[in-house]
Amino acid sequence: MTVATPAAPKNRTIMRPGTVKTSRRKSATWVPPLLVALGIIAVWYLVSYVFLDEQRRFLLPPPHEIFTDAFFQPDVISDIMVALGRTAVVALVGLAIAIVLGVAWAVAMSQARWIERSTFPYAVILQCIPILALVPLIGFWFGFDYPARIIVCIMIALFPMVSNTLFGLQSVDKGQRELFQLQKAGRWTVLTKLEFPAALPAIFAGMRISAGLAVVGAIVGDYFFRRGEPGLGSLISNYQSRVQSAELFAAIITASLFGVVIFAFFGWLGKRVVGKWYDFSAS
Amino acid sequence: MTIAAPPVAPATKTDQLLNFQDVAMTFPNGTTALSGVDLTVDRGEFVTVVGPSGCGKSTLLRIASGLTPATEGLTEVDTTRIGYVFQDATLLPWRDVQSNVELLAELNGVPKAKRRVTAKEAIDLVGLTGFEKHLPKTLSGGMRMRTSLARSLTLDPELFLFDEPFGALDEITRERLNDELIKLFTEQQFAGLFITHSVSEAVYLSTKVVVMSGRPGKIVDTFPVDFPFPRDPEIRFTAEFAELCGKVSHALREGHH
Repeated sequence: MTVATPAAPKNRTIMRPGTVKTSRRKSATWVPPLLVALGIIAVWYLVSYVFLDEQRRFLLPPPHEIFTDAFFQPDVISDIMVALGRTAVVALVGLAIAIVLGVAWAVAMSQARWIERSTFPYAVILQCIPILALVPLIGFWFGFDYPARIIVCIMIALFPMVSNTLFGLQSVDKGQRELFQLQKAGRWTVLTKLEFPAALPAIFAGMRISAGLAVVGAIVGDYFFRRGEPGLGSLISNYQSRVQSAELFAAIITASLFGVVIFAFFGWLGKRVVGKWYDFSAS
Repeated sequence: MTIAAPPVAPATKTDQLLNFQDVAMTFPNGTTALSGVDLTVDRGEFVTVVGPSGCGKSTLLRIASGLTPATEGLTEVDTTRIGYVFQDATLLPWRDVQSNVELLAELNGVPKAKRRVTAKEAIDLVGLTGFEKHLPKTLSGGMRMRTSLARSLTLDPELFLFDEPFGALDEITRERLNDELIKLFTEQQFAGLFITHSVSEAVYLSTKVVVMSGRPGKIVDTFPVDFPFPRDPEIRFTAEFAELCGKVSHALREGHH
């Protein structure tokens, strides 16, 4: 299950930025992944030029060709950017709806045990259904354009929002609850002044996961529907069928970068909003 | 302190703030936490309850505060201004010291300007002046406990309940907070009911030490403590102090079968 466990806030000594310790730590987190990236590129070139002969090189074109043959080609890059724009709209709208819906559902469950008992199993089932199997049905019902793509997106991105928010709301410290209880605070007060703020770290952790999934959902929906205005999914499907491998790789890389950017954005947003009092490095 | 009382003031001003008679507590799972407890706390008293872990000491406070009703017996609490300090500081990590101290007044609907003043006074009383904008995670354990104390002080409590508040602190911090608590007790005129498992802390702080037995918790003995207030830290090294601690410890062992 995609539940982030917020650890109890620890009493950490505060380090001033710019001290030796901080910069060493920062380089320590950046260097190893960079080395891995260089290693992957090296292996990539090795496979392209050594293991594949010229007729079969299209299976894995060398990295620089992805730039020369695709990213640097005005018509290709404009196709990709237009498609990215459409995919981004689907992903962001789907994500926004999933966030609102997920938080609302979780709040409802946290307020009434019977709602949790009667509906949470369906949240879990939603997570277990292979969405791909439902995609044709969604197409039947909602057509094959934006609404259908957005629905696929929501279905994929909803569960982490629901489970993380619910977990966050329910894991409020017992002592803090009693503090409110002693002042005879009403439900709404407890929700807005205690449970919701306490759940924010978990909600942001959920958003980060859902954001990544929303991108997947937007591309998968489009890839399967292949109708209406083409997004990255349709484009990938077209490049694949036309064996335009440099373009295919360019589209895949663009989609991946978009996923990374949106994931990083929500990580940043979470740190921005609750990082002052909550230590994310534990999760 | 010029902290106003909540609108509901106790109708009768008797000396007795808390009166437990034959109080028993049996949890739904069948565990008996307390049985036959008679306990009173009068105005001007600081009563400390010592007992082994799990003897139901905390349950006493939960009953007194109304968090959990007793299953048997008579419980009378003659005030609505009850301060409660938990084992943990239970601060809200997203609020700074000022805002944490304001919380209870905020929950009681006190206007912003007024609760700011009240909180400021309480912060000054516990010696946290200058730390108003600090978040709990940047404070030491002792300072968090002070914040928690300040938060309850804003209620201007007549009865102050303490559930092993200094148990997690180091010895030096603990002794310092003991002295400050005594100072607050003499200045603020609340009655105290303090739970601890430290015998010397109990004797040092209180006007009366109550010893409880192991589960089900019963009161096995009561010792009045006559040292004058404010207490001189040096009394800890006197023969009378040692003798009283010895008696309390003996009663604890006797009651702990």
